Amino acid sequence: MKARAKLFALLRAFFVEGSVLEVDTPSLATTSVTDINIESINAQMGNSLGYLQTSPEFFMKRMLAAGSGDIYYLGKAFRDSEQGSRHNPEFTLLEWYRVGWDEYQLIAEVEALISEAYKTLNNSKITIERTSYSDCFERALNFDPHTVPIELLRSTLLDQGYKDWANETRANCLDLLFSEMIEPNLPSGLVTVVDYPACQAALAQTYVDEKNRLVSRRFEVFLEGMELANGYFELRDAEQQKQRFDEDLRLRKQANKSKITLDENLHQAMRAGLPVCSGVALGVDRLLMQLCNVSSIDEVLAFPWKQC
Amino acid sequence: MGNYSTNEFRSGLKVMLDGDPCSILDNEFVKPGKGQAFNRVKLRNLKTGRVLEKTFKSGESIEGADVLDMDMQYLYEDGDFWYFMEPDTFEQHQATETAVGDAQLWLKEQDTCMVTLYNGSPLSVTPPIHVELEIAETDPGLRGDTAQGGSKPAKLITGATVKVPLFLDQGDVIKVDTRTGEYQGRAKD
Repeated sequence: MKARAKLFALLRAFFVEGSVLEVDTPSLATTSVTDINIESINAQMGNSLGYLQTSPEFFMKRMLAAGSGDIYYLGKAFRDSEQGSRHNPEFTLLEWYRVGWDEYQLIAEVEALISEAYKTLNNSKITIERTSYSDCFERALNFDPHTVPIELLRSTLLDQGYKDWANETRANCLDLLFSEMIEPNLPSGLVTVVDYPACQAALAQTYVDEKNRLVSRRFEVFLEGMELANGYFELRDAEQQKQRFDEDLRLRKQANKSKITLDENLHQAMRAGLPVCSGVALGVDRLLMQLCNVSSIDEVLAFPWKQC
Repeated sequence: MGNYSTNEFRSGLKVMLDGDPCSILDNEFVKPGKGQAFNRVKLRNLKTGRVLEKTFKSGESIEGADVLDMDMQYLYEDGDFWYFMEPDTFEQHQATETAVGDAQLWLKEQDTCMVTLYNGSPLSVTPPIHVELEIAETDPGLRGDTAQGGSKPAKLITGATVKVPLFLDQGDVIKVDTRTGEYQGRAKD
């Protein structure tokens, strides 16, 4: 608890220093994320349905579109059915946006922030590395994840003994291979993986790289092999974003998952114009786990879900 | 037997996997931030005793196994089967050699064992942790030699061979830890 208080103070001081404004966004809203792999917790309000927010992203983007400039949020987020040694349904998220920055400038700031947390709270230095999603796959599995045919992905999974995964989507096959074959072998320290596949772009821009592959400008940060943060060079094209949301909704329907009404306010804001910006969301509880050198999230929570 | 979803998985739960009953040892929830959640599950195949790992998509469900652990009294064996009795109902169960396995080395009539029933018939037998068994065969005891340490093999009435101190003799009753097969001491009369 003391470490948590110190970390919060450090994070806030870091952003005051960087002239980033703290914002407070609603936890409860009438709409929520469409991502097929993230489930919101429903809240019943009289006759209408509300959702506990899985991230402050949509509200923050509405602020950015309204001209807020650089902003950060340090507070709670909620995700249904996520419980384990690294997950609690209610968790603390740090999310921030830098206007005019690309993802590499933001990655440098993430690295500076984590280094400072280690130095101040742990009196130690953390090693820093960067790599790309395709390099990870080339090293571990010897193929290019952006161009590999889906058949080869599935047969690789079969060879590894995942025989029930033969009908999975490209994104799911890549995720499973990354989690099972690559994540456990990531170097220690802080490792940022850039250039995620286009099929996992979520809310990031995509671009065609020098090898003529469509790649997303999304990155993930791993700390001691544990996923810590996810960031984007943000997609600004309102119509393209709407297409991705519609595709999410189609997949949700196909998978018999709950129906979500699209966030019309976000769409309006993006049409009005989201500034060029990069944003990242970081799991504060997980950072605390590493700083305190514990292996279960319950050990850094005063009241884990089972005791709530 | 009902089905169990991955979020009901916990250690000790008995489920069917590839046609064999298994016991869940460990269940780890894994979720990439924007990806499909899955569960990395460690199970023990109750037929073979082998431990295996399997990755389930979260939300997937599998069939529960009709497996029950029950304390029963060992009665006798007739060469083909070993017979056990439920203490409350006096119902008898016959277990095959495969089910009894290594436990047969420690089974003494009247002792209470844990019998794992699968679809009503014995799947495996766990002997009591400590058993008292008589030495059937060993080199003659060296009476004076109680201080030296040193040991010799002794064959017990059940057929098991245990290392015992030199001073013990045929007919002595000893206490053995069945998990390790080690001599624990002389049985108190």
